[in-house]
Amino acid sequence: MKYETVIGLEVHVELATDSKIFCSCSAKFGGEQNDHVCPACCGMPGMLPIVNKKVVDLGMTAGLMLNCDINRTTTFDKKSYYYPDLPCSYQTTQWFAPVAVNGLVEIETSKGKKGVRIKQIHMEEDAGKLVHDDWTDSTLVDFNRTSVPLCEIVSQPDLSSAEEVVAYLERLRSLLRFAHVSDCRMEQGSMRCDVNLSVRPEGSNKLGVRTEMKNMNSLSAITRAIEYEVARHIDALENGTEELVQETRRWDDIKGKSFAMRNKETAGDYRYFPDPNVMPIVIDDEWFDKIKSSLPEFPEVKKSRYVEKLGLSEYDAEQLVQSRALCDCFEEACEVCGSPKDVVNWIISDCMKVLNRKQMTLDMLDISGKALGELIVLVNDGKVSRMNAKKILDAIFEGEENPATYAEKQGFIVSNDTGAIEAIIKSVVDSDPKSVQDYKSGKEKALMALFGKCMRELKGNCDPQILKKLLLECVEKA
Amino acid sequence: MYLKELECSSPCVALDDLILTTNTPTTAGSKMLENYESLFEAEVVTRLKQAGYSVKGKINVGEFGVDLLGETSYFGAVVDGDNLVGATSKVMSDVDAVIGLDVNGEQRRSASLFSFCNLKPTYGTVSRYGTIPVVCSAETVSITGKCPNCVEKAYRAVVGHDDKDGTSHRVESLDKLDQAKEIKKVGVLTAFLDKADESVKDKVQKAIDMLKNNGVEVVEIEDETLLLAKNAWNILMSAELCNNLSRYDGIKYGYRTPNYKTIDELYTNSRSESFGEFIKHVILFGSETLSTENYMKVYDKALRVRRVMVEKFAELFQSVDAVLLPATSKSEYKIDEVKANKFIAFEENLFTAPASITGLPTVTVKGVQVVAPAFSDYKLLDLARKVR
Ligand SMILES: [Zn+2]
Repeated sequence: MKYETVIGLEVHVELATDSKIFCSCSAKFGGEQNDHVCPACCGMPGMLPIVNKKVVDLGMTAGLMLNCDINRTTTFDKKSYYYPDLPCSYQTTQWFAPVAVNGLVEIETSKGKKGVRIKQIHMEEDAGKLVHDDWTDSTLVDFNRTSVPLCEIVSQPDLSSAEEVVAYLERLRSLLRFAHVSDCRMEQGSMRCDVNLSVRPEGSNKLGVRTEMKNMNSLSAITRAIEYEVARHIDALENGTEELVQETRRWDDIKGKSFAMRNKETAGDYRYFPDPNVMPIVIDDEWFDKIKSSLPEFPEVKKSRYVEKLGLSEYDAEQLVQSRALCDCFEEACEVCGSPKDVVNWIISDCMKVLNRKQMTLDMLDISGKALGELIVLVNDGKVSRMNAKKILDAIFEGEENPATYAEKQGFIVSNDTGAIEAIIKSVVDSDPKSVQDYKSGKEKALMALFGKCMRELKGNCDPQILKKLLLECVEKA
Repeated sequence: MYLKELECSSPCVALDDLILTTNTPTTAGSKMLENYESLFEAEVVTRLKQAGYSVKGKINVGEFGVDLLGETSYFGAVVDGDNLVGATSKVMSDVDAVIGLDVNGEQRRSASLFSFCNLKPTYGTVSRYGTIPVVCSAETVSITGKCPNCVEKAYRAVVGHDDKDGTSHRVESLDKLDQAKEIKKVGVLTAFLDKADESVKDKVQKAIDMLKNNGVEVVEIEDETLLLAKNAWNILMSAELCNNLSRYDGIKYGYRTPNYKTIDELYTNSRSESFGEFIKHVILFGSETLSTENYMKVYDKALRVRRVMVEKFAELFQSVDAVLLPATSKSEYKIDEVKANKFIAFEENLFTAPASITGLPTVTVKGVQVVAPAFSDYKLLDLARKVR
């Protein structure tokens, strides 16, 4: 018999805010344990939640990027359960009126294009972290992550294979990063995923028994987990190896197996009810329009614009739309220098080299596009040599924002004083009669040696073409 | 009008033990928080100090403020002979005001029994920042004094917007406090009088006479709808209390049992050994009301009753400027009788629930409560001066 797999995902992404959802503590990743805490996010009595408006901005942005309807009145609710990493023993989340509902995300796999429906997106606070201390054989709590804002994106069960799940997650990541909603770094836990999966005979309209795997945090582990779980379900259906039950399972990527979690850890009544301390948030037209108008172009729209309007190659355009920061840098630089092809060359060759040296990838590029554009102008106008331009680029990577002033300070501006250049050439030529002789007897390389010496004397501040011309003239005369 | 000013010349207050202070414990009357010291003080405390008040001390409250008159405090009930009297009555002569958190009407009962003046302000006019959260949708900082002037002076010190409280009214809304309508016509809720004993009816009659003598028109209102507030209130109160008290788990602060091996034992034993019997009942009841099975049947219905109560008051305020009702069913509580009836606070709050559930301002004076539209706080105090 043939089977089909039905998968729905719950994806958590950490929102890119500076501070936590209900207090002013830092929401940054890392820090010493319990450094980013205050009485509010430690669950001490008397502190009241004040909603971080940026969280709602990003929740709406996520909703609009995923083609959702925005609930113009959105509310926060409390979800109760006891766990030591949850200081109030309730999590503030959205249950009755989430910020966004009814979305659609288009994905592309080897089988073609497909739409995945989004059920809802809700905003909520993250929990802390338990740390086992071997020294005292006890479990300690780190509240740094408590109340860091999250969005949970709940899909409908529209996915049917690991390939589709990966395509969907990559698409979410691309859209959310483009809109600066989240940096979606699975390895740092800022994007996590719960996989709900069931298997049924092909063509059946009745869903099979559903199992859930929680907190998956790498695409390859997700792929392996889905493949394992599908095989387990089919085996159970065909051979009766086990009875499938609706349950939460833990994926052990090292053992390559999923395990049932004890029912106690998963069962429970969350006792949702509206949080009386957070007034309903009313999103008026002004607020809505502000978010709507700040949305970025979708990556594929940008790409085709780059190709069709700016004349980039498909390959170059594809490289750029990997990240919003890269696109912003590119567009800013184009605005300054007016030469998209030059900019993309600078980014993909010169910037790439610097990134490689720093063991970073292209999507991590974070330099001022304006500065890059100005540098390109300096080079194209012949004001600095390519050699010195690379040094200026290094400075831009270090945060230099004004290449022209920097070049001047460093003495990188190409001299226009041909008299001075000729004087230096003459002294170099006079001091090396052997090379002159060699050149004249047909050894082309000898001229390159002289050229190099001159360039060094000039500290690179000379247009190579002009230098070559003047050098030839001088050598001919000698 | 402000002749009483002299009596209030050296202002000092007592705080009930639901108001957080630094350097002294804030216990909420519970063993759970027996040694709990807050890292920050309540906004009302800061504002009182800025207005020149000094804090003379903290006073006992019933465990998390939900009982009748402090009888469930881990530190013992405050009695006078056979009578349960509560802590406020013992300190009132030494301070200008007692600042407490009105969770379930205790301060109004106390003011009623001892003829103090109490203002339960409009919900959201005084910051709840730094008050131990119990029933967040309704509880308000409340002020008890010997006279309306003392109360008004302390209220003026604490009223105002606070960015640290998301339910605090905006500054523009607070302007309504000065624009509220004068109370010229009061309606007596006879349905509540029928539930009170003769001594209380007598107090009500005296209050009515004084109002009439001072030119206030008094009419009777026969409407039983507001009697329904109590049951809905008990559901909402218990549910929110259950949720708010779930943070006391023995992990971070507060009482931790020495008897545990597993995390579940740590939770269960810490809570079982430190919460009192009444609070445990309220927690369990609240927990039930919020369960998936009961939410729509019980909790959501209570929310709908709350809306009906709000609408009923709005309808009554079409014909009168304020309504008058008793605050208690009787004029004294015997400690034995209170001890024998575990749920007496769930019954006596018949009188306090209507104002609690709607967040309306209430003044308790000369043994009666007067409830008026939101932001009528100063007008209620003006009225209170007329029944003196
Ligand atoms: Zn915090």
